[in-house]
Amino acid sequence: MTLRIERIGPAVSIQDAGRPGGMGLGLSRSGAADRQGYIAACALAGAPLGAAAMEMAGFGGRFRVEAPTRIALAGARMRASLDGAPIAWNATNIASAGSVLDIGAAEDGVYGYLLPGGGLDTPEELGGRGFHRIAGLGRPLKEGDRLSVLPDPAPDAPPLILPTPAPETGPTRVMPGPQTALFDTDTRERFEATVFTRSAKANRQGVRLDQDGAPFTAGAQLQRVSDFISEGDIQMTGDGTPYVLLADCQTMGGYPRIGTVLPVDLNRIAQALPGQEFRFRFVSTEEAEALWMADEHLLARLRKKLNPLVRDPRMMSDLLDYELIGKPLAD
Amino acid sequence: MTRPEILPLGPDGVLVRFADALSEPANRAALAFRAMVDASALEGVSETATSLTSTLVRFRPDQVRRTVIEEALFRIAESREWSDVPLPEGRTLWHIPALFEGPEAPDLEAVSREIGRDPETAISELTAAPLRVLALGFAPGQPYLGFLPEHWNIPRRTEITPEVPRGAVVVAVRQVIPFANPAPTGWWQVGRTAFRCHDPELDPAIPLKPGDELRFQAVSREEFSRLSGAMHGGAEPEAIG
Repeated sequence: MTLRIERIGPAVSIQDAGRPGGMGLGLSRSGAADRQGYIAACALAGAPLGAAAMEMAGFGGRFRVEAPTRIALAGARMRASLDGAPIAWNATNIASAGSVLDIGAAEDGVYGYLLPGGGLDTPEELGGRGFHRIAGLGRPLKEGDRLSVLPDPAPDAPPLILPTPAPETGPTRVMPGPQTALFDTDTRERFEATVFTRSAKANRQGVRLDQDGAPFTAGAQLQRVSDFISEGDIQMTGDGTPYVLLADCQTMGGYPRIGTVLPVDLNRIAQALPGQEFRFRFVSTEEAEALWMADEHLLARLRKKLNPLVRDPRMMSDLLDYELIGKPLAD
Repeated sequence: MTRPEILPLGPDGVLVRFADALSEPANRAALAFRAMVDASALEGVSETATSLTSTLVRFRPDQVRRTVIEEALFRIAESREWSDVPLPEGRTLWHIPALFEGPEAPDLEAVSREIGRDPETAISELTAAPLRVLALGFAPGQPYLGFLPEHWNIPRRTEITPEVPRGAVVVAVRQVIPFANPAPTGWWQVGRTAFRCHDPELDPAIPLKPGDELRFQAVSREEFSRLSGAMHGGAEPEAIG
């Protein structure tokens, strides 16, 4: 079974659970930018952790499905239709042979995930299939690509849906890291008191945060030796501008980092739209440790939340848009 | 050397830091510390690695508490003096051919001025320097090599070069890096090698290990072109025990 790309957005790539264990080789784990969204796609597809999905930043594309298969859609909600009929998000949908899947613009986030059948079957390199720009692995997908798809693990399963989690509104939680102490108490307090906005400058490596106050500088930052980076680190560049580092961050860096966004909250940064506001709150290492969850556990937890897809209210509103049922008459 | 600092790096990581500034003994200590952690096979540890002056220990918080890992690492840190630890065994000395002229060496003149030598002397110092892989980082298999002589302690450029090619040999702050992939850099490009830091066609795909030694060999343009298709770009490994 193959999926043919007839049209594609500018930042669509294959992503999976990444390549863990390579820090000593200079290889950061990388993988899906919104790990929770990607794992939701695995849960819906009934695919194992590590199955390769399509990660669509901002806009999807048009895909021709060459044999019948289920298709899981998760992550940022995107306008989606199958042969012109709107279909549900955070759900599996059944595509027949020759059908055309259209994925449009993202509506409430940045990264959407499309996982057909048992996952995309492209060659592995260094233990993963994902595009990792800084590591020189893979490439963005382009028009005309034909992607092999692994057999659907449950081709006769009914369509499924996952409840959409309520949006988080509290401060984003940050734990201290090896360079937190370089920032004096006043700077750390100001960091927690500041309202940041997500800049337009963002990609899979990191997201810049803007604010109107003084820069967040550390003492003697230029003389320090480069050291390990963790995904979620909030790095202050030479002029004191914060960047939250995402999946494609490098393994080492020289800029000081004020702390690390907890993995459980990092998808909020990855999925934030330009202009979205953030506040940060420091938590202890104990609290961070308690909130850590293995990917396998999250997958198992999401599988328990799957429901049969009966009727999706959002689909109903889309149906109104498409005028398939009568709208109230205007007078 | 004082005892290392034991610090959190993310909810599933501990960083054991031997120094804030780069030094040869701190790098050696980080390598030896990692080897001791690996040998002690701590339960719940998922990954270990070394940077220039630190050892990273990643663990599974669902299998072991941070305090247990930190306690074990503290005991290892207390178990010996770290200023005089030996280098790891089973190291390799790599002889790596490189071209240090023309378009492959766009910053050679500027670097020569910075270090107060003529370009010929700069190249002979660069090829005479006994370099060591201090760490692999930034991109797969890409080594940070040290140390060039003291007068090579030059800062990075003020402007970033938007892209240097794969194999670009760049220098700054007494270190040398052969680039694994095309990438932007603030370092000075003084040459280019056909050696690939990560070659998917080879096993292992990543030939260098932290602690390995390395010498550059200046070759002619004809030789450089000939080596472009050769295994390891013509680099020769030699076991040094």
